[in-house]
Amino acid sequence: MIAPNESTKTFRVKVKRQDTADSAPYWERFDVAYKPSMNVISVLQAIAMNPTTVDGKETTPPVFLSACLEEVCGSCTAVVNGQVCQMCSRLVDDLLKEGGEITIEPMTKFPVVRDLMVDRQRMFDNLEKIQGWVPIDGTTSLGPGPKETQDNQDIRYALSRCMTCGCCLEVCPQFTADNGFVGAQVISQVRYFNRHDTGAQLAGDRLDQMMEPGGIADCGNAQNCVKICPKEIPLTESIAEVGRTTTVHSIKKFFTGK
Amino acid sequence: MATNQKRVIVVGGGLAGLAAAVRVAEAGLDVDLFSLVPVKRSHSVCAQGGINACTEPVRQEGFSEWNHFDETLYGGDFLNHQPPVYEMTHWAPKIIDLMDRMGVPFNRTAEGNLDRRYFGGSLFRRTHFSGASTGQQLLYALDEQTRKYEAAGKVKKYEFWEFLWPVLDSSGACKGIVGQDIRTMEMRAFPADAVVMATGGCGLIFGKSTMSVICNGGAASRCYQAGAWLGNPEMIQVHPTAIPGEDKCRLMSESARGEGGRVWVPAVKDASGNWTPHPDAGRDPRQIPENERWYILEEKYPEYKNLVSRDVATREIFFTCRDGFGVGGGRMAYLDITHLPDETKNKLHAILEIYEKFTGDDPREVPMKIFPAVHYSMGGLYTVYTEEKRVPEANDESDGEPIFGMKHGAPNNMMTNVPGLYAFGEVNYAYHGATRLGANALLNCIFDGIFNGPSVANYVNGLDTAAADLDASVFDAVVEREKAKEKKLLGATGGENPYKLHEEMGNWMNDYCTVIRDAENLDKLMAKVQEWKRRYENVSLADTGMWTNQNLSFTRALGDMIIYAEAIVLASIDRKESRGCHYRPDYPERIDDPFLKTSLVKYDAAKNAPVLEFEDVPLPMVQPRERSYGKK
Repeated sequence: MIAPNESTKTFRVKVKRQDTADSAPYWERFDVAYKPSMNVISVLQAIAMNPTTVDGKETTPPVFLSACLEEVCGSCTAVVNGQVCQMCSRLVDDLLKEGGEITIEPMTKFPVVRDLMVDRQRMFDNLEKIQGWVPIDGTTSLGPGPKETQDNQDIRYALSRCMTCGCCLEVCPQFTADNGFVGAQVISQVRYFNRHDTGAQLAGDRLDQMMEPGGIADCGNAQNCVKICPKEIPLTESIAEVGRTTTVHSIKKFFTGK
Repeated sequence: MATNQKRVIVVGGGLAGLAAAVRVAEAGLDVDLFSLVPVKRSHSVCAQGGINACTEPVRQEGFSEWNHFDETLYGGDFLNHQPPVYEMTHWAPKIIDLMDRMGVPFNRTAEGNLDRRYFGGSLFRRTHFSGASTGQQLLYALDEQTRKYEAAGKVKKYEFWEFLWPVLDSSGACKGIVGQDIRTMEMRAFPADAVVMATGGCGLIFGKSTMSVICNGGAASRCYQAGAWLGNPEMIQVHPTAIPGEDKCRLMSESARGEGGRVWVPAVKDASGNWTPHPDAGRDPRQIPENERWYILEEKYPEYKNLVSRDVATREIFFTCRDGFGVGGGRMAYLDITHLPDETKNKLHAILEIYEKFTGDDPREVPMKIFPAVHYSMGGLYTVYTEEKRVPEANDESDGEPIFGMKHGAPNNMMTNVPGLYAFGEVNYAYHGATRLGANALLNCIFDGIFNGPSVANYVNGLDTAAADLDASVFDAVVEREKAKEKKLLGATGGENPYKLHEEMGNWMNDYCTVIRDAENLDKLMAKVQEWKRRYENVSLADTGMWTNQNLSFTRALGDMIIYAEAIVLASIDRKESRGCHYRPDYPERIDDPFLKTSLVKYDAAKNAPVLEFEDVPLPMVQPRERSYGKK
């Protein structure tokens, strides 16, 4: 019985396990007691409390990352029923409607540490590469920052909600586990920093990065990123804007040499 | 003579930790930054509403830094330490400027200046914000500045490393930490000349709270067991408006009320004009006419209305539901923003989105169902500071009397009783007394890092020797002890399930030690704590491997949570008065003599038990007054 069984009120969950970074993955199945308004995190918490498979085998609690549980920290990204998501905001009632077992797997574009935990350091390293900061003169009192229009703040705020979860990269056909493409996350952050008056001091350096191999030219315009983003960040607009400014930058560079 | 460089360790990568790392690195010292999670995923991201400051436009509306100072004390029911609060509130405008320069996308006015909103505990529009995810935006800005120092080699991050214990030298001064990589399980010591704890709150002790699941208080508890004192551990804030959930309670920001949201329950007035529970309290709220909605806060607090301090709003909602007025007769009230204009709703988008995703209802159309939930720890590690006597500033209302701030750069600012061990941000007990005002937490975190970072640097620069030159045995001893503890946990076969024990603890702590602290229940709870301590000796792990063993990390922290819980319960029992969030039905009034005091809890290692004493709270500027928020 897959859908919530009225008599026992359990549902079946299939979790992809992997003991170490280089060992082979395998599946384990668990029956979990149904409660109203469960999310995938509470499913994993229930399994941790009673880590016994449907075959009666005592196992270890599946390893997974989680922190805020309100879809703002970006920790608990995984592939659930074939779709990458934040496990905290994926609700069991919706998953049961899809029928079949609920499957939970790690993201596929990042190296597995163990079970559902992957290593997304690459995303943070890319933020360093594009100098993802506003170059201020230190923390001493120097008065307010630049004024900003409401329209520009609107755009920057939407971009600043990126929680580095990696959903956009998981669904991107160009971003693979072993290539150098930076992906929508970082391209959108280039736009974010270049749209700030002080942040724009480093705009040229960031656009230089975008011209490197693995930069913006590698985007295949599949537009999967913008559809999956849990924060509805206008990623394709970012790609278009950074694409335009990179082109202008490269032409200017060709003629002026800087 | 020193052969090694001096270094500073910061434990925790939330706002306080990152601000400290940036400020200490700027002062020229190398920083090792430890965090359980990539710092960008720290709990500060959950802060929604905003950050308070008397910036120039607020001043021109009649507000002042002194008002901010005073309402913070009033909110805290006068248990706060005044000099640090004075300094924080007077620095607040500079903090806003700094974060503005870092590129935080604060909401703007038509002219491009910073926008502001109303918030709890104040009648002034003094809260600066970035949508309804201000904490996330502020954290990211500091994450970015930290990355700049990381790229320059001044900050080294240890993400996915857990703080296990502070290392103290023979004189009792802190000289580093022992940490563990929670992926490889590698455990080792890190020497440092000062250690800044910026490890946040302890919500997980109460099971489900609005805090991130990483906020278990384990780090604070370990410092406490190593000899650092706790201040006011019983002061735990219960936020009035959260969405109860199976795995956690999700915060519905005070900004909803700051922007005009209203709290109400279905009710009808009887012949004598008294509200009585609605006979059909479960029906579609959109169908309930205006005269059958009891706006409890607006009626009882005509001046502050829905913006009374959190403890007050929480008790009103809690008692109203207890008296049978809850939605559908249950433990729920309505938080209603449906009447607000679209433009205002857009400013709340981030939280409305959360509500809709988790409940399926669109709060733009249907009032939200909310209930109070554990949210913040006002208490934490006990700290000291150096007071500085000054002449009053222009807007200070001290009647010409001197004011007392915190001396900038004094080496002991926000240092615990353990030399070289500091506490910044939520884990520091000093600022918020018995209730924290909304939008003061983000300020406190950044202020601690930016203002007190130089104190850490000055302390370290004043030391004769570097910690790295100490004999290795000082560090090895702590590593060996932690390894022995780990070995014991991995080998235990008692059969006690740590997750079930935690669930039980959370339920008891939530039921008996939050909104209402009844003497009889507290005694039962204390007996339970003793039982948990015994049962903890019998915990056994489902996972005994040595690769990314979360079962081990959780269970080790559970032991520390139980020890911290005992300090909370003891202080709740011994504080025989009601003050701020601490409400005792047997002592419903605030009793300044003898309880206008810090409850100071020390750990007796031999007895594995807390020892409580009370310490006077100095009142150098503001004398306590009645705190009613104008209740009718």
